[in-house]
Amino acid sequence: MLRLFPAITVIVLLLPVLAGLIGTVAPGFGYFPAVGGTSLSVQPFRDLFDWAGFRPALSLSLRTGLIATAASLIITMVLLAGWHGTRAFRWVERVLSPLLSAPHAAAAFGIAFLIAPSGWIVRALSPWATGWERPPDLLIVQDPGGWAMIAGLVAKEVPFLMLMSLAALPQTAPEHSLRITAALGYGRVAGWFKAIFPRLYARIRLPVYAVLAYSLSVVDVAIILGPNTPPPLAVQVVKWMGDPDLSMRLVASAGAVVQLVLVIGVLCLWRLMELAVTYAGLHAIYGGHRMRRDGAVRAAGLGLGAMSAGMVILGLAGLAVWSVAGFWSFPNALPDAISSRSWMRFGPDLLHPLNHTFVIAGAATGIALILTIACLEAEHRHALTPASRSLWILYLPLLVPQVAFLPGLQAITLLLGGGTHLGMVVLGHLVFVLPYVFLSLAGPWRQWDARFDTVGAALGVTPNARFWRVRMPMMVAPVLTALAVGLAVSVGQYLPTLLIGGGRIQTITTEAVALASGGDRRVIGVAGLVQTGAAMVGFAAALLLPRMLWRNRRGMRG
Amino acid sequence: MKVLAASLAATALIGTTALAEPTPADWDSILSAAEGQTVYWNAWGGSTVTNDFIAWAGDQVAERYGVTVEHVKLSDTADAVSRVLAEKTAGQDDQGAIDLIWINGANFASMKENGLLFGPWASDLPNWAYVNPVENPAVVGDFTVPTDGLESPWAMAQVVYYYDTARLPSPPTTPAAFAEFAAANPGRFTFPQPPDFLGTTYLKQTLYDLLDDPSVLQKPVADVDYPAVSQVLWDYLDDLTPNLWRAGRAYPQNGPRQIQLMADGEIDVAISFNPNIASNAIENGELPDTVRTFVTDNGTIGNASFVAIPYNATAKEGAMVLANFLLSPEAQARAQNPAVLGYGTVLSMDALSPEDRALFDAIDLGVATLTPAELGTTLAEPHPSWATALAEDWVKRYGVTQ
Repeated sequence: MLRLFPAITVIVLLLPVLAGLIGTVAPGFGYFPAVGGTSLSVQPFRDLFDWAGFRPALSLSLRTGLIATAASLIITMVLLAGWHGTRAFRWVERVLSPLLSAPHAAAAFGIAFLIAPSGWIVRALSPWATGWERPPDLLIVQDPGGWAMIAGLVAKEVPFLMLMSLAALPQTAPEHSLRITAALGYGRVAGWFKAIFPRLYARIRLPVYAVLAYSLSVVDVAIILGPNTPPPLAVQVVKWMGDPDLSMRLVASAGAVVQLVLVIGVLCLWRLMELAVTYAGLHAIYGGHRMRRDGAVRAAGLGLGAMSAGMVILGLAGLAVWSVAGFWSFPNALPDAISSRSWMRFGPDLLHPLNHTFVIAGAATGIALILTIACLEAEHRHALTPASRSLWILYLPLLVPQVAFLPGLQAITLLLGGGTHLGMVVLGHLVFVLPYVFLSLAGPWRQWDARFDTVGAALGVTPNARFWRVRMPMMVAPVLTALAVGLAVSVGQYLPTLLIGGGRIQTITTEAVALASGGDRRVIGVAGLVQTGAAMVGFAAALLLPRMLWRNRRGMRG
Repeated sequence: MKVLAASLAATALIGTTALAEPTPADWDSILSAAEGQTVYWNAWGGSTVTNDFIAWAGDQVAERYGVTVEHVKLSDTADAVSRVLAEKTAGQDDQGAIDLIWINGANFASMKENGLLFGPWASDLPNWAYVNPVENPAVVGDFTVPTDGLESPWAMAQVVYYYDTARLPSPPTTPAAFAEFAAANPGRFTFPQPPDFLGTTYLKQTLYDLLDDPSVLQKPVADVDYPAVSQVLWDYLDDLTPNLWRAGRAYPQNGPRQIQLMADGEIDVAISFNPNIASNAIENGELPDTVRTFVTDNGTIGNASFVAIPYNATAKEGAMVLANFLLSPEAQARAQNPAVLGYGTVLSMDALSPEDRALFDAIDLGVATLTPAELGTTLAEPHPSWATALAEDWVKRYGVTQ
């Protein structure tokens, strides 16, 4: 029985993605019976290439995706290299969970308010320092270069890469290597990059690819912070999908195919860059430069890390202030009037979908946990070694752009007669929740000291009893963390909920996006905070529950 | 692809199970079938006052007719069109997810053309008696496309501009004056980015103002010399664009975003399709109380908002009961009250009883709302092909700035 679970898990992950891809790609080649497209043609692609914005949109996607990923990776690594194991680093670990659980859209709205010409930073400095009585006409948010969007992506991706790195780090035994590099006279940062980074990167390669694929095809952050003349390709695809002229769906599908090719191409390009860095890195390692004066690099790492965390935290604080603001004129740094009116007006609207949100998130995360634990336990009992292939399967839903398979998946769920059942939405969420739950739990599970199991077996306890009475209690903290990650991922899903749920299934996120489309910062403040709160519930539980359960067992508090 | 094609064909066969279609003319049967139904009303959710009104209407029909209303808040009406289309693609010809859509213009034209709507039913509603299509042709012509009873009107809208009197004592009321104002105050005017419907409306409105003979706009684009007619607009925008907010390199993404820009003092004047926008925003603390509205000298475009029922809706009867309630004098008077919504009524005052008329007479217009007389001439919406052509051309000319 247990042996079947790895196969079931693979099907749960692969089938929706592949089926969705087919359903999306077909219209790209003109096959779309509902609007009378029954013959194959490349006309949709011709129309796509004829769009004046095609090249700029493509190069914008490419540039923002590459820069955001590279910057996130560099900041994460410099922060780790310069500060891992220090007192300052504990602060980094503490802000990690809240930063991770803040939904992308809420964080982006917060950042937009922070850096806009009428935003908090300018308000704080005006008019006394800047002389501005009115906001300057400066293109900061939605700049054609996409820098605001890159900043928004980096602020959310650094915590993710940091979490993944911290999970992988113990396997590289950094203290040991760093003691040697230090003894040989290497500076902290140099020692880290020459001895640890190559081993660490090999272990976080797939998360980096996921960040790259995400940054290349992000929609929500791009709509809020990215340029619109033209927007990145993925945003334009979503716009075409929503065009009243139904034949534009064909162009949208062609765009989705190009988006998929773009992601695959850039992943290949990144692989080539890895090889180039390897070559240059080896050269540097042989060079043997000690680079002991790395104070500036360490300071820069900490500064950039603090900046990216600060943007999210201050941004969310800004949303909190807006949510209780009456009229708030420029250049006042605080609202002219404080009122609970926004919460009274929009709070009830948002409480209603919270039910659905938690039912869906609970179900998807529960199923993901069962599948994950069953797979890991099967691996353990039957001594299966996971092929490196299987990790790729796990990452597939994170690598394939959402716009390239969700519209197709919507059509397929309808074909199956799924209608608008909650169950279909749960399955749709599962595709995205499962990889994160698996990744978050697999490390601690595999690192578990198998000697406990041996002792149990020697005492004559059955495998099932050993699982329930020995292993699970010891795994409570990591399981709760995986649960928290799963809940946060599910809460943040927008496109899957909207498309598969047909709008009938409303979650806090679909509601927040709909309310936020009006652009009223008070509504955005309320919606963003409720959304962030919903995503944080799991993390709070993961932090508190082990402490309560194991108040007499210090070693078990995780 | 083969798999998809085969399963599409298979479900097309299964999907043709015929449920008895409702007969709108037999209103009693509609009422009894509607009781206990849940109507999923798909309506744009970006305006909080509209959301409140929809919630009120839902409470009323629940109380009176036993029809439950769920407001599916859309960030874009086209999402609902997509959904119906996806259902048709999948052969789901009944039990669809959407029962009623707030719709007009290109979305309606597209659904009508693709056979995605149920009907005709609108003129069978009992409250249709209060509507007078001769007096107000906009209730049966949606952007000049005949509604053919496939959608029922529920609100009138008209283009207005709003401005802050604290910064701009006398607003520009002609295209030339707008250009002058923008040249003297670069970065203080903008419009939502076409193809957003309000941005496209700005293009149509400005073209109306610029043309000597705007009657060509009533014909489809294909029937007129489009490049020649539209050239005057592009010449005008070529001059104006560099003086727009952010020098025309970024635009607000929809109408309500302009409210925030106005409140922050980023812009001085903005367009809207809701004559009541300023009073409402002042009331909600979104705009300072120095904001007022105005219309341009040649009059502004007006149109009607409708509700339509998809061909595969689950609760067609309930949807009709709701549509009928929206046409009632009581709901219309509430919608026209600026303290609630401030939308114009689609009813004919002459068709109402004296008591019902009194409901409308008692409405107190807000501080920044123009009276019907001040709103002046309503210009008819151009044929929908103009919206499509102008938006497409605009995107080609100004949508890519790099």
